[in-house]
Amino acid sequence: MTTRIDVTLTVNGERVSRSVDTRLHLVDFLRSELGLAGAHTGCEHGVCGACTVRLDGEPVRGCLVMAASLDGAVVETIEGLSDSGEILDLQEAFVARNACQCGYCTPGMLVTAADILTASPQATREEIREHISGNYCRCTGYQAIVDAVEDVLKARAAKREAA
Amino acid sequence: MNEIVTPQSLGLSREDLPNSYIGRSVPRPNARKLVEGRATYTDDVDLPRLVHAAFYRSPHAHARIVSIDTSAALKVPGVVRVFTGADLAKVCDPWVAVLAHLKGMKSAPQYPLPLERATWQGEAVVAVVAESRAAAEDGVAALAVEFEALPAQVDMETALAPGSVVIHPELGDNLVFTRTAETGDVAGAIASAHRTVEATFHTGRHTGVTLEPRSIIADYNRADGTLTVHHSTQAPHMMQNVFATQLRLAESDVRVICKDVGGSYGIKVHVYPDEMAVACMSRIMGRPVKFIADRFEAFGSDIHARDHRIKGRLAVDAEGRFLAFDIDDLTGIGPYSVYPRTSAVEGNQVVNLCGGPYSFPNYRCTTTVVLQNKAPTCQYRAVGHPIATAVTEGLVDLAAEALGMDPVEIRRKNLIPDDAYPCTSPAGMKFEGLSHHQSLAKLLEMVPVEKIRADQVEQRKRGVYRGLGFASFIELTNPSPFMYGIGGAKISAQDGCTVRMDPDGSVVAMSGVTEQGQGTEAILAQIVAHGVGVPVSKVRIVTGDTRTVPYGGGTWACRGAGIGGEAALQSAIALKEQILEVAGAMLQAQGSSLDIVMGEIVDKATGQARMPLSELGRIVYYRGDTLPKELSRELVQTRHFITKEYPFAFTNGIQASWLEVDVETGMVKLLEHWCVEDCGRVINPLLVDEQVRGGIVQGIGGALYEHCIYNEDGQLLTTTLADYLVPMAAEMPDMHVGHVETPTKESLLGAKGAGEAGTAGAPAAIMNAINDALKPFGAKVFAQPFTPERILKALGTIA
Repeated sequence: MTTRIDVTLTVNGERVSRSVDTRLHLVDFLRSELGLAGAHTGCEHGVCGACTVRLDGEPVRGCLVMAASLDGAVVETIEGLSDSGEILDLQEAFVARNACQCGYCTPGMLVTAADILTASPQATREEIREHISGNYCRCTGYQAIVDAVEDVLKARAAKREAA
Repeated sequence: MNEIVTPQSLGLSREDLPNSYIGRSVPRPNARKLVEGRATYTDDVDLPRLVHAAFYRSPHAHARIVSIDTSAALKVPGVVRVFTGADLAKVCDPWVAVLAHLKGMKSAPQYPLPLERATWQGEAVVAVVAESRAAAEDGVAALAVEFEALPAQVDMETALAPGSVVIHPELGDNLVFTRTAETGDVAGAIASAHRTVEATFHTGRHTGVTLEPRSIIADYNRADGTLTVHHSTQAPHMMQNVFATQLRLAESDVRVICKDVGGSYGIKVHVYPDEMAVACMSRIMGRPVKFIADRFEAFGSDIHARDHRIKGRLAVDAEGRFLAFDIDDLTGIGPYSVYPRTSAVEGNQVVNLCGGPYSFPNYRCTTTVVLQNKAPTCQYRAVGHPIATAVTEGLVDLAAEALGMDPVEIRRKNLIPDDAYPCTSPAGMKFEGLSHHQSLAKLLEMVPVEKIRADQVEQRKRGVYRGLGFASFIELTNPSPFMYGIGGAKISAQDGCTVRMDPDGSVVAMSGVTEQGQGTEAILAQIVAHGVGVPVSKVRIVTGDTRTVPYGGGTWACRGAGIGGEAALQSAIALKEQILEVAGAMLQAQGSSLDIVMGEIVDKATGQARMPLSELGRIVYYRGDTLPKELSRELVQTRHFITKEYPFAFTNGIQASWLEVDVETGMVKLLEHWCVEDCGRVINPLLVDEQVRGGIVQGIGGALYEHCIYNEDGQLLTTTLADYLVPMAAEMPDMHVGHVETPTKESLLGAKGAGEAGTAGAPAAIMNAINDALKPFGAKVFAQPFTPERILKALGTIA
């Protein structure tokens, strides 16, 4: 009842080749095949956002993408984003604001929040709330997350102005 | 204030006492790993020879299991074994969830998997173990289970009616527990009252939706007879005892490890039959078995909560003084009381807490707890509090309206005076010290009431309906053995902490309380750093492993800071004394003339540095030959703490909600929310504020969105996050948090709980705000969640 497909893709800058079950989702592929446990499974039907990772530069739900469709794709996870330092300021703001409590939603939330930093650098609080409204957080009440993202947007804007 | 040294208590600035960490917003030491995706949740643990479990769950609310054919399932590639209830009953005793102090309480024996009947839709009936979860699910799909559907008892209102289906015939009826608390002459007070107001309230059945689902790996090792359980739980020692007792193992042969936990809110403090089944299967197979609930399973098998119908009356005199509360609570808890805390506690809390913030002479409250064929309910964040607060505060607003009084004024008139403590409430609750009036005053500093009222009038002229609602509340924290222990449940109300200094001068603290994101480990590190006198960066915290940490209760009922924190403080102070004794011997000085500041032994009088702790550690551990022979040199100390004078440390607070109701659509838009709470000593303001905000949002969820909806056959209709709504970022308001500090005198630390205050008060504040907005229409809502449909019905727009 299972069929396998060979895929070769780039994950966090490294080339990986695997033969994958056709029903395997991207988030399960990352977790079980590659040991990248940063992306979490929360609902498995694309609602909660805990499994959000970057696919070819765009945030996607890891539970809605099939691993078998990823030949030639470029995937970045929270591990890769941490190693590259790309979102270090955002991560530091999350720590400073206590914008994570249990931390289960946090990797997905950070990937989504990282997107607004580049896509909408002038975003207002309301726009930040709107942008992250596809990612559930059950602990914080969201306010600290909005505060953290807002802090980073302002800091990056100030840096651009100074440059 | 208690005699704990803080910069304020000494009249010093923060800089004068550099390692004074109590009351300081220190970032959580474990947050870094969370933002880098480096936490270890249960599903992240992999073990050699690990197999995965999936469950066949009952499609019926009530049905006899006629036959289970496993032959096709066993042929599915990857499937290893299939287990039925009878298979597991051979290694596991059933449990009955009653507490002896809840007099007359009854429930039926429950097995990991049922033997004869399924009693709710979603109950696990058969287990399949396979090489992967996917293969286990294939196996489940290949099972042939034949049921004979039985009539289901779904509606709690008819559970005790003659002729209703008795879910467990051996119990005689569906009554689990009933209790009435009565003080004074309620009937007389109502008969002679100036006015009596009344309403019937409903609180919607909802659930915790922990983003990390329930997760467990059980690993029975035949070679040494030990069972190691990796578990997403709040109470590792309680679970150690449960696994040992039910599986007939020695308690010392069971080890429960919980590393990172992805949300709990009370959901993960119960014994779940499917998790017990996993332990049984590992016991039988002698290899590790993993079960991670999926979201569909979570909705149908995580505990639900707050399924209550409450009739309430409040009698007042002509001046608006409260004379009597008369409350009748009914709750349906599913087919079994949940082990070991029991499902009667929520209703019992309603009895304990109604009218809680107020001073009044006459009280009567009854709770009736009944069985039904729905998922079991049990304790969820702020157990019973939001129910009692909604009823109390709803009645208070009705009384204000009946008398033409301002909602703030009627509260000010009746809130227990701040100088009245200690005192006992009409429900029998002992209050050590609360601050209702100070909290109200603080709230009114924060909420621009006049501006809001002016805006309300202006907006109404434009057909925009806004409302402001208030809700005072009390919250029960720091529970003593009076919560569970006296009822016979093996749930520790004490907690311990072991603190040790290592050779490099760093400190390791092992605590029985656990971390699920509240920041427990952060406040423990602060307290230990403060108590010993070292930088917080030099403290490492170990929690969540029953083999290494002192015995304790874990984290529930807001006890982490108040109980675990005090144990940490006492052990840290003891370690400091021990270090100073050794330092005195080394420096030819009296220990009492020395102090420890930022990891350095200093002269207390002059502050002059004498020796770093790393040097003391080097001598003690490697050159003990140079120290006096008789010197005791244990740089490790353990202290345990339990409250003694009060069964619970009550906290209090008040919330306000400002919102807009769209009278065309029935939609509620939250504009702003305020909460003042008094959790005693605030250890880390940043973390407390976020606990309060997170709690408010879970309260908002119950008030506006969250609802486990069943049809009349007992089929759960809300089984995905598309059907079951939880608050999202875009709908949430900005939340302002203020504090009043009334430390408990039970401990040196003075901390009480803060995690449930937000949830306790938010639904009532929102209800009162909605009803304030709807005032021009004479419409009111009392049934949570306050959905657009219910609001439009109240407005008469729809039938």
